Amino acid sequence: MEVKDANAALLSNFEVFQLLTDLKQQRKESGKSKQSSGQQNLNTIMYETLKYISKTPCRYQSPETVRDFLITMKGHKLTKAEKLQLLNHRPVTAVEIQLMVEESEERLTEEQIESLLQTVTSILPGDPEEQQRESPMATEDKGDQE
Amino acid sequence: MFVLVEMTDTVRIPPWQFERKLNESIAEELNKKLANKVVYNVGLCICLYDITKLEDSYIFPGDGASHTKVHFRYVVFHPFLDEILIGEIKSCSQDGVHVSLGFFDDIVIPPESLQQPAKFDEAEQVWVWEYETEEGAHDLYMDIGEEIRFRVMDETFVDTSPTGPTSAEASTSNATEEVQKKEAPYTLMGSISEPGLGLLSWWTNN
Repeated sequence: MEVKDANAALLSNFEVFQLLTDLKQQRKESGKSKQSSGQQNLNTIMYETLKYISKTPCRYQSPETVRDFLITMKGHKLTKAEKLQLLNHRPVTAVEIQLMVEESEERLTEEQIESLLQTVTSILPGDPEEQQRESPMATEDKGDQE
Repeated sequence: MFVLVEMTDTVRIPPWQFERKLNESIAEELNKKLANKVVYNVGLCICLYDITKLEDSYIFPGDGASHTKVHFRYVVFHPFLDEILIGEIKSCSQDGVHVSLGFFDDIVIPPESLQQPAKFDEAEQVWVWEYETEEGAHDLYMDIGEEIRFRVMDETFVDTSPTGPTSAEASTSNATEEVQKKEAPYTLMGSISEPGLGLLSWWTNN
């Protein structure tokens, strides 16, 4: 066995999530005709990885949201690794942004960090229950400001 | 967290599987060989992504099976340096906090990379962050089962392939071989010594 390129491409959690759910669907449809002895490793790793990824914000994403996110991110001048981390984790606080973006104090002003947070939370869908809780509070705040 | 790795390999399909579609047999063989296994200096293999090229299949004298050289891409777990990950605390010991991601368990956060000052509570066998505010010191416990955000500082690959028969004393060499077998082929070293890292409950605004 030979490894041609150990780093051919970076995959987001969402892509791996899609791949594993499709594979699971395929295997279910094809029935249990395969010998389970050899497939045990694949079953284990698929189950565990799916379980882990399902706890992250990736389960609410779709190819369109990922595409919109990357297009909007073009203006912010972030490296590929930083955009990938923002996509996988969906940070909601400035502290998290500072962790994922290197030297964020020098590269981004406070307003830029705020606008980055806004972009992330608006384009990437989060937990629907949390968003429902947040929106009535947001309208209350707007009422106070007026 | 996950990368795509391009690999080539020669896959052997036994004759009783010739009626199946070649692509399916090859995908199954590759997954059987690589899924949930660590490849040295590459990472933990998850599943096959796609097959990019199939070369001609050959049958060699003496073996009825077909041998096909396959070029394929595999999904591998290999976090890059300084990546932020979220895991669950599996256990605490003197050599640090052990974190697990479910599908990958060998992550250690050594004592010097914990939020300082930290102490090890012998009675409960957990690490504690002694957080000081104006009101006094809060003891923040790192309990088992808690979700923790950490940064990947270092990775170690150990070649666990069999070393072959050792010549001299059989009994002592058996003992050392057993110790070697328990070593994890791929371990990650983490750190939580920055603001924002550590238990998720420490940094939420609620």
